[in-house]
Amino acid sequence: MTRTTRSGRIAAVIAVATAILVAAPVISIIALALQPAPDVWQPLIEYVLPRSLLDTALLLFGVAALSLAIGTGAAWMISLHEFRGRKMLLWLVPLPLAIPTYLAAYVYVDLFEPLGLIHKTLALWLPLQDAVRVLPNLRSLPGAIIVIALVLYPYVYLSARTMFQFQSAEFAEAAKTLGAGRWTTFWRISLPMARPALAVGTALVSLETLNDIGASEYLGVRTLTVSVFTTWLNRGSLAGAAQLSCFMLAIVAGLIAIERYGRRNVTTEFSAESPRLTQRTPLAGIKGGLAFAACLLPVCLGFLVPLLYLAHQSFKRGLFANFDMALWRDAFNSIAFASLATLAALLLGFATILAWRWRPTRLRFVAMNIAQLGYTLPGLVLALGLLAPLLAIDNAVNALAASLGQSLPGLIVIGSGAAVVIAYVIRFLAVPTGFIKAGFERIPRDYDDSARAVGAGQATTMRLIHLPLLRPAMLGAVIVVFVDCLKELPATLLLRPLNVETLATSIYQYASRGSFEEGALAALLIVAASIGPVAWLTRFSDIPSGPA
Amino acid sequence: MINLRATAATAALLCFTAFGASPASADGEVNVYTYRETKLIQPLFDAFTKDTGIKVNVVSASSGLEQRMKAEGANSPADVLLTVDIGRMDEAVKAEVTQPIKSVVIDEIVPAQYRDPDGHWAGISMRARVIYASKDRVKQDKITYEELADPKWKGKICIRSGQHIYNNGLFAAYTAKYGEAKAEEWLKGLKANLAQKPSGGDREAARDVAAGKCDIGIGNTYYWALMMNNDPEKKPWAEATKVVLPTFEGGGTHVNLSGVLLAKNAPNKANGVKLIEWLVGDKAQQIYADSNYEYPVRAGVAVNPTIAGYGKLTADPLPIAKIAANRKAASTLVDKVGFDN
Repeated sequence: MTRTTRSGRIAAVIAVATAILVAAPVISIIALALQPAPDVWQPLIEYVLPRSLLDTALLLFGVAALSLAIGTGAAWMISLHEFRGRKMLLWLVPLPLAIPTYLAAYVYVDLFEPLGLIHKTLALWLPLQDAVRVLPNLRSLPGAIIVIALVLYPYVYLSARTMFQFQSAEFAEAAKTLGAGRWTTFWRISLPMARPALAVGTALVSLETLNDIGASEYLGVRTLTVSVFTTWLNRGSLAGAAQLSCFMLAIVAGLIAIERYGRRNVTTEFSAESPRLTQRTPLAGIKGGLAFAACLLPVCLGFLVPLLYLAHQSFKRGLFANFDMALWRDAFNSIAFASLATLAALLLGFATILAWRWRPTRLRFVAMNIAQLGYTLPGLVLALGLLAPLLAIDNAVNALAASLGQSLPGLIVIGSGAAVVIAYVIRFLAVPTGFIKAGFERIPRDYDDSARAVGAGQATTMRLIHLPLLRPAMLGAVIVVFVDCLKELPATLLLRPLNVETLATSIYQYASRGSFEEGALAALLIVAASIGPVAWLTRFSDIPSGPA
Repeated sequence: MINLRATAATAALLCFTAFGASPASADGEVNVYTYRETKLIQPLFDAFTKDTGIKVNVVSASSGLEQRMKAEGANSPADVLLTVDIGRMDEAVKAEVTQPIKSVVIDEIVPAQYRDPDGHWAGISMRARVIYASKDRVKQDKITYEELADPKWKGKICIRSGQHIYNNGLFAAYTAKYGEAKAEEWLKGLKANLAQKPSGGDREAARDVAAGKCDIGIGNTYYWALMMNNDPEKKPWAEATKVVLPTFEGGGTHVNLSGVLLAKNAPNKANGVKLIEWLVGDKAQQIYADSNYEYPVRAGVAVNPTIAGYGKLTADPLPIAKIAANRKAASTLVDKVGFDN
């Protein structure tokens, strides 16, 4: 029994420590917000907030709606139908995850800009000035909605697919015997059953949208995040910016509440006996071709177009002709930061959920929920909130060294890049926590009880039962976190040590000089480093069709 | 099976060793925090290292460096802060992360107008906020900033976000000269003359003129030169336009500064001052002027020929510190008139 309680206690301690780590930047932002910011709010409320709240709401709603349509549609088509090219789509459809939102924005603006590729093509038929008038203006709310949704829809797709393919055949067949057609079955059976998964996917998409600053700023949409930025920089009011951030956190809390509400009364625990799976409906000929084309379109727009454009720009610059060796170093930094953060996030997330699984006390429940909060902090706000606590540690270490008469070690946390890793962990911890929690929900508690009945301790149960069953969930989490870390920009910019660049910061520097195409090779490397993991993710996502 | 405890320990260890904490102070080094992109200033730092043997360590960001220095406190490794805008210099001084530079060299070379009265910052180069006018459609060769609000330009002007630091600087200068009420009126007029919602960067202003979306675009002097000389793809954008140096009525052209500040807790203070003094030296000023097409602050350094082709620059005499003091008001006015909407 001693062994059992000890590992239980370790997990609980890690869970609480994790919660404190995640809460630190939030508390620090709240502390900043408590400082007076006179004459910031009045003009903000009068001139800025109405507009930016409306723009933020429209952007969130638009991106969520479009991602839902694309993600659910593709997931339904691929999970419940059989057609030529389906296997290929399994690989392709999630690939836009490899494209950061800011890259998609840069590429599409380049493509559709006046005197850009599309304009010049149009100008073959139309006079230059008329052609410029028919160009869609991507630097607009609709433009932002489309560009962002095209790269974020895989979040909905992946969660919806898991749901669709595990839906047991009985329901669909029952519907069929009652005379329901395929559409009725979709609208009245499949879709409502997938609601929890859709809520999770949509929440992820919305949080990503809210966090994004690169794309929406570039596309000229003044979201709350952009307002935080302006308040801080042009009005010189960190306190005002922190107050706006707190306001944003409240909105995020609202979003999360909606997501929880969407999942109410829905159990995600599946019966232990493997359910009889739905047989995929074959689609032949034209129908199959149309299905294939419909699923391929979002991949083309969200992945292939950006990829080809970047490749084209890189080749035009002679690819490796003027190759800057610094790029390898940037790539190494990106991968090293991302790997360390992924590993740490996975371990902390696992411990947090495990602590709750073993003994669901109120404290552990609170810890588990706090651990998922980091995702709601925009990278920029997170970085600002982290500065004070991390540097307090650094300064304390130096003070200690000084009092002991030792030579000063300098800034250990921020000077070593650990600050970047910590920021990634806090920001993305919600992913492994969420994945593993969902994974655990699929493991009936009977298993734990049976294990205990035959005398296995908690550690043994974890090793022999939980870990193997959680493997797909963990792999999924690892991949999503790794790719998210590779793409992260604002926190990396502010927290990286001297002489350290990552691929993302390097591209950003080109883009802020207005010549993003010169950073095409670095952009290509981010995408290349992400493709492998994303494709790997899909390897585990397909299960065989049910028996005929 | 994963050995959780061992893996966790290894991860923690890796976190702290992989990148190796760099010591804050070392002989022959200087640490620079900069808002200027590394790739632009690296040639300058390389030349400095070659001249002095002092190694330059750099971290560049687009925001938050003063805040980082403030939080780092006494242990901050930063020696020098390099900014591309007067606003940021003002922020840094307000955040109390700087100290007076105290250098006879700086006081002699940099004109008083481009120095902080208390010595906390000094300009190292200037750029002007100018007009890229269509060669075909704009006949005027002289335009005033005031005139930009004249209805004759209705639907003809392209500009980036009113909240961007470059526009913020120009609008703050206007506010400093005429007061908030007049500045608001002017901004409303300018807004009414826009051909499209403020968007993109300064290069896009030239591009949109070239594509016929607008007749004049607002941009900084160096972007035009960079497009003309360094970017074959964007050369046509510059070629479609001529650069007009606008002036305030009875004044000169609005200029902004790239500047340097000495960190309050600079661990390599002597090297920091050395770098700052070197940056206003003949050689550095020439490199800066030629690599980024800015106006040198040092008298007697030749302006790059492309820039010289715009005509003679008469910088507005308004002290830079006055502009900085009006930034916040200008930013609020931009929101008030809904400039970016």
